[in-house]
Amino acid sequence: MKRLLPILPLLACVIGIQIVCSGTDTLYYLTQMTMAAYYSLLILGLCVLMGYAGQISLGHAGFFAIGGYISAGLTTHSLVPFKDNGLIRFLDSTGLLLSGQTLYGEELLVISPGLACAVAILSAAVIAVFIGIPVLKLKGHYLAMATLGFGIIIYRVVLAVEYFGEADGISEVPAFPLFAGLSVNGNFGDRVANYYIAWGVLLLGLILLLNLIDSRVGRGLRGIHGSEEAADAMGVDTARFKLQTFVLSAVFAAVAGVFLTHYNGGIGPSEAGVMKSVRYVAIVAVGGMAHLWGALLMGIVLNFLSLRGVFGSYDDAVFGSILIVIMLFAPNGILSISFRHRLTRFFTKGKQEKGGGA
Amino acid sequence: MALLEVKQLYKRFGGLHAVTDVSFSVEPGQIKAVIGPNGAGKTTLFNIISGTFPATSGSVLFQGKELQGKKPYQVAALGMARTYQNIKMFSGMTALENVMVGCHVQSSAGFLSSMFRMPWIWREEVAIRERSMELLTLLDIAEHANTDASSLAFGQQRAVELARALAMKPTLLLLDEPAAGLNIYETAEVGRLITKIRDLGITVLLVEHDMSLVMDISDEIVVLCFGEKIAEDLPAAIQQDPEVIKIYLGED
Repeated sequence: MKRLLPILPLLACVIGIQIVCSGTDTLYYLTQMTMAAYYSLLILGLCVLMGYAGQISLGHAGFFAIGGYISAGLTTHSLVPFKDNGLIRFLDSTGLLLSGQTLYGEELLVISPGLACAVAILSAAVIAVFIGIPVLKLKGHYLAMATLGFGIIIYRVVLAVEYFGEADGISEVPAFPLFAGLSVNGNFGDRVANYYIAWGVLLLGLILLLNLIDSRVGRGLRGIHGSEEAADAMGVDTARFKLQTFVLSAVFAAVAGVFLTHYNGGIGPSEAGVMKSVRYVAIVAVGGMAHLWGALLMGIVLNFLSLRGVFGSYDDAVFGSILIVIMLFAPNGILSISFRHRLTRFFTKGKQEKGGGA
Repeated sequence: MALLEVKQLYKRFGGLHAVTDVSFSVEPGQIKAVIGPNGAGKTTLFNIISGTFPATSGSVLFQGKELQGKKPYQVAALGMARTYQNIKMFSGMTALENVMVGCHVQSSAGFLSSMFRMPWIWREEVAIRERSMELLTLLDIAEHANTDASSLAFGQQRAVELARALAMKPTLLLLDEPAAGLNIYETAEVGRLITKIRDLGITVLLVEHDMSLVMDISDEIVVLCFGEKIAEDLPAAIQQDPEVIKIYLGED
């Protein structure tokens, strides 16, 4: 239970931010906080893959896009022309389809968000298995390059396929009803509710991963990172554990993609871009690689700043610079002791030298 | 039936004949040592037995089961543990956590049951933690349980590595130069430990350079030279063997 205790102050912060924003009439901050929470869900999954299992992926924006795009495609493309198809009739009779009207009053029949979400996440998991089996045989730079290749393929696919809207992406994605009247959508009225939905999903993900890290599986993964050969000799099926972690992190990315797409009401090809993957890796690195709390904190802060437009047109450059600076000065993350030590030494150096001279 | 049977084992690395026609067996409950000068093929032999790489030809039977073609994690699951000459600690993990990884084959929690903390996972975790602490106590390093393992002194790392191997509840324990890098006091201590481990009912096969240690604790000794077995006998007989003396002391 000890490992879950820091969640309470975090929860207090989350509630505090909402109260302050509601009180000061600055609810628009909650929109970016909600989006940042979903991006952070992906980052937590990537943190387990990179920091604990020690496997890099430069293709996680691809899994995010697979989740988002499949859910968006299924919930927006009308099935009216296939109405007489047996499968469609069956789905309709089981309530897995959603009927309505388009903006122009035409009849609309689409897959319900619940089913679409399930298909999207399952697709991401299956693709992760097929990519992971060959690719995870590689190590270090080679693994980075192979996953980068995967990311580029997904980017070009969503850009080229008509079903995914080519350069325009997919818009008018419907709300995703959850339970008790809650739904994931971007309506102004539901902003506070959606803020809490996002944080609920993120905290649930965090708890699951904290549990995982502090378990037989988590120790096995850290063992692989520490010495793959010794972990193997201890009976850890390293190939299987690496693959399972890869799939798990892909599922986290896909869930983030599904939720954010329904929240934004659409998704565009930039979500699948290589620079997005690089950004996620940079954030995990800033957070300290094997540090879920660091990844969470940095995921929220940096994504929030980026979404608020603080970095302006230098957005990607900022994340590139972060990667360089962190690798040079704080390879164990910005929260690490050695970094704070170096920082204090840097600022107190002048004084010490003066003292020494006197 | 012998616990471990090595039959006509050959290993070639390109043109190098690392192991040539080596056969021997290890009986349950004994301490058996493999000795030989540097480059005799001792570690290669260990790596083949534990599944790190396959032999060129020949077979290794463990409790009657063929090990050739099995991966190290599968060999481990059958009840064979090993240590390394250059200790491979799991860096970034405490001594206790290192030993807890050793409990891997003795426990079963998977991804989903760990993430959702099923009730039986709780019990398993408690059991793993207690057992690991017991082993650290057995090896007199309990006070370092929560220290980062890779920051411990070399001798202490050796002890953690042994505890980690014992956590697997092995039937056979392979020790690759357990006294390497240790001073004479620590070496004597390791000797006592190995005897203690044998008395727990665990069969030990070790590769070692330190002659005094090998002669003290071994029940039987195999001598390798340039990949070939040149002798296999009781320690007293090995000490008298003219060919072994020639290898170790040089020719006249």
